[in-house]
Amino acid sequence: MKFDTPAGTNPIDRMTVVGKPTPRIDGPLKVSGAAPYAYEHHDVPGKPAYGYVLGAAVAKGTIRSIDTARAQRAPGVLAVVTYRNAGKLGKGQMNTAKLLAGPDVQHYHQAVAVVVAETFEQARSAAAMIDVDYARTDGAFDLLAAKDGAKEQGGNDAPTAVGDFQGAFASSPVQLDQNYTTPDQSHAMMEPMATIAAWEGEKLTVWTSNQMVNWSLKDLAATLQMPVENVRLISPYIGGGFGGKLFLRSDALMASLGARAAKRPVKVALQRPLMANNATHRPSTIQRIRLGCGRDGKIAAIGHESWSGDLEGGGLEVAVQQTKLLYAGANRMTAMRLAVLDLPEGNAMRAPGEAPGLMALEIAMDEMAEKLGMDPVAFRVLNDTQVDPEKPDRAFSQRNLVRCLQDGATRFGWSRRKGPGQVRDGRWLVGMGVAAAFRNNLNMKSGARVRLDGQGTVTVETDMTDIGTGTYTIMAQTAAEMLGVPLAKVVVKLGDSSFPVSAGSGGQWGANSSTAGLYAACVKLREAIVEKLGFGPGEAVFEGGQVHVGNRSADIARAAKSGEIVAEDSIEFGDLDKKFQQSTFGAHFVEAAVDRYTGEARVRRMLAVCAAGRILNPTAARSQVIGAMTMGVGGALMEELAVDKRFGFFVNHDLAGYEVPVHADIPHQEVIFIDEADDKVSPMKAKGVGELGLCGVGAAVANAVYNATGVRVRDYPITLDKYLDRLGEVA
Amino acid sequence: MRPFTYERATSAQDAAAKAAAMPGARFIAGGTNLLDLMKLEIETPGHLIDVNGLGMDQIVETPEGGLRIGALVRNTDLAADKRVRKDYGVLTRALVAGASGQLRNKATTAGNLLQRTRCPYFYDVNMPCNKRKPGSGCGAIGGFSRQLGVIGTSEACIATHPSDMAVAMRVLDASVETMRPDGTTRAIPIAEFHKLPGQTPQTETALEQGELIISVALPKPTGGTHIYRKVRDRASYAFALVSVAAVIGRDGKGAVALGGVAPKPWRVQEADALLPKGAQAVSDRLFAEATPREDNAFKIMLAKRTIASVIAEAKG
Repeated sequence: MKFDTPAGTNPIDRMTVVGKPTPRIDGPLKVSGAAPYAYEHHDVPGKPAYGYVLGAAVAKGTIRSIDTARAQRAPGVLAVVTYRNAGKLGKGQMNTAKLLAGPDVQHYHQAVAVVVAETFEQARSAAAMIDVDYARTDGAFDLLAAKDGAKEQGGNDAPTAVGDFQGAFASSPVQLDQNYTTPDQSHAMMEPMATIAAWEGEKLTVWTSNQMVNWSLKDLAATLQMPVENVRLISPYIGGGFGGKLFLRSDALMASLGARAAKRPVKVALQRPLMANNATHRPSTIQRIRLGCGRDGKIAAIGHESWSGDLEGGGLEVAVQQTKLLYAGANRMTAMRLAVLDLPEGNAMRAPGEAPGLMALEIAMDEMAEKLGMDPVAFRVLNDTQVDPEKPDRAFSQRNLVRCLQDGATRFGWSRRKGPGQVRDGRWLVGMGVAAAFRNNLNMKSGARVRLDGQGTVTVETDMTDIGTGTYTIMAQTAAEMLGVPLAKVVVKLGDSSFPVSAGSGGQWGANSSTAGLYAACVKLREAIVEKLGFGPGEAVFEGGQVHVGNRSADIARAAKSGEIVAEDSIEFGDLDKKFQQSTFGAHFVEAAVDRYTGEARVRRMLAVCAAGRILNPTAARSQVIGAMTMGVGGALMEELAVDKRFGFFVNHDLAGYEVPVHADIPHQEVIFIDEADDKVSPMKAKGVGELGLCGVGAAVANAVYNATGVRVRDYPITLDKYLDRLGEVA
Repeated sequence: MRPFTYERATSAQDAAAKAAAMPGARFIAGGTNLLDLMKLEIETPGHLIDVNGLGMDQIVETPEGGLRIGALVRNTDLAADKRVRKDYGVLTRALVAGASGQLRNKATTAGNLLQRTRCPYFYDVNMPCNKRKPGSGCGAIGGFSRQLGVIGTSEACIATHPSDMAVAMRVLDASVETMRPDGTTRAIPIAEFHKLPGQTPQTETALEQGELIISVALPKPTGGTHIYRKVRDRASYAFALVSVAAVIGRDGKGAVALGGVAPKPWRVQEADALLPKGAQAVSDRLFAEATPREDNAFKIMLAKRTIASVIAEAKG
């Protein structure tokens, strides 16, 4: 199905199942331990041996020698694979660094070897017996030092300019010109990278934890230099990914190599201390924002520049993305520059671009509002735009930013906000902060297959993944709505490369794209059912387990009495996203308290108002948003991969050192969804929401800390060491 | 993890004697720290002597009016003991500020005192660390040292001791009671129990080869307001940036010990005497010989401000 004109009325609009708060259908499996995650599959041909990955001990250099003899003789060891015996390997399209080092080492903890043994403990013990002699070479590990050598990129990453930014900024009566920094961040998902690999002749099956089945299928085949037809990738349950599992990673490759060498299925879970440096991370940024306003508060000039780094051949953190679209202003510029760094590979982490971009922009907006003497909500409302400000003849498909801000302000009690440093509660300084939320909506081609059997059971098959987001449930809701059957009559099978290729889970495109693909398949199935029933032409209504055409009716199951009916289709998106800018909007409100003695900052309550098209399942969507808000608090107050600029690695590479929020950090969260349906994005009229919930949270926290203390911090995370000397005297 | 042998001791003296006879042997009780370190091959004992089940798990009153805490009393039980809560509130508060409920259920009193540092360079076997591998250098100096020590450190090591419990015990003037391999016992004042690193950061305590902690004695209660303030980046389940244990009387006199700043719980008698003069005076004395690094210099100001908070809280 091609989606190239706005959606008319369709069966989803009934919203008898879609749009209803629905507990996740896979919930009972998960809480009872019956949902098999990557490391836990038992339908493997043969008893898996255990693989343990050895990470490189240097950030950059070459392996002079590698002695595995002692490890190979260790008890229980079946195989040791290094670059010397791995066979010829290619590199996946989505990978910047190689997944197996040697002889060159590209980053710290890059995989150097996998040891396969009968038990995990034997493999781990033997891995420590491998002697690697490295020739360490100098590298670039400091973004600030590399900043001046950073280069502009082309294509979508090229600089943009509209009007006369320099002139308008220079002549603006109220100006802001500030630098902001965001640190390297780790996805820190609960389930580490994990894979079981099994070979049967030339055929390879991997049970893994991966957000994008088809990308990783292709990249595994490319890396192993084998036909993609000979690889099957299965990823039905995923214990969090946040972008860290978008790509083929070393667990899958090393398990495959280990299994081939040991002639046994092999399971590998990356040990937690390897996750930060072996896997990808969100790159740190240095951002400069310039705002020029008239005294009336209207933005005349808006400029956003960002610097980030990555390995040679890597990419930018697109931190200026929202600044192209969020606020009005006739004179504008954005620019991004990329430095080559020898730190581990930077790549996508939940809401790449907007998440760190808004952390900077929305502090800048708060600072400008104060300079203007305006309320930060009113300042943002004043500068709303209903068209793409770089291309004013291009409207937004739907844009309710103003309503998010205004409804949120009312709900949150924003009018009670006082000036900086004016509210005390015992030893706590209390403040409120706001930030706009913005995340582009992306659509991706997505396919699905639907089966109807003689019992009236509908089975959905697609390689789409559920990364904890609730995909199983919204797929079941979609099929139930389209075919007029109860949720209990729908079986959803996901995450298997033998199923039709889907959008996968990333960039908050998964929910809308994959349900739209299923919609397309269901349309075909409906046609096949009507034809099978011989009901002829006329509008078919599927409801209550029955099919009605005119005055003819039948149980849906009757259509499949003589054999299963199968339909397959995909949704492909035309150019509606060129004609209309498709984005999601929101507003985050935060109340924070800062201990006036110690500077400890703690969030007291949070509110998110989201405008993201039709909400397919408010229960799952809320869960996504509160999780994202939690991640935003982490980014605001604690999360930072600390860089050792001498040795070139992330030092705090475990969950004791890389702090994420705990329950005690998140006292109260509320989420409101604006009632929307966006007919220009898909037949589902839905958009992404899982990343929107993160976008802007960090700045809302930062602005609340400022409002509490009167102390502005522009370098994340906002830890007390950065402002303790600016809090008032206490002794 | 390296292969090791394992046995259960039959008595405290048996445990001590066995440990003395086998260099490289380690006692194991709760295992909440040792097992993690063994998995990473930071600790590589050839032999483990399990001291669980040897009694030493009671809290009893001493003839002097204090409490004797068995070495194997779990952190959860110690924190919840009514006598501790009533008379040694700083100890309960310190305990519940540490780790998580699950860890406190396993962790023992003696094991808590013997925790190793959480310095990230100690934890990464690819990095130099004089404590883990004497003579290899200190990776933390010149590196990421935000969490690390500002006083009592040396050019060989700037690690901090991670315990909360020990900081409270330091302010309470506890003593660590041990048994030697020959069956004799001794009491080591907690002030002398942990050693400063100097040139030998691998030596962390006054314990001799085979010497086993059997109990910790608390002196008679002194009254006063008991406060433990732990400052950290997140609200729970994190090691202290700075912590302050204090017992302060109505007259403003008392005692104060700090965690998170030094290789041992940090207390200076002369600083205690300055409590009535306020946080600045106390802090100046506590940190008179501080050698902070760029990343952790904030700890000195943070300690002062936290002491000020504690003094204010004690005043009510």
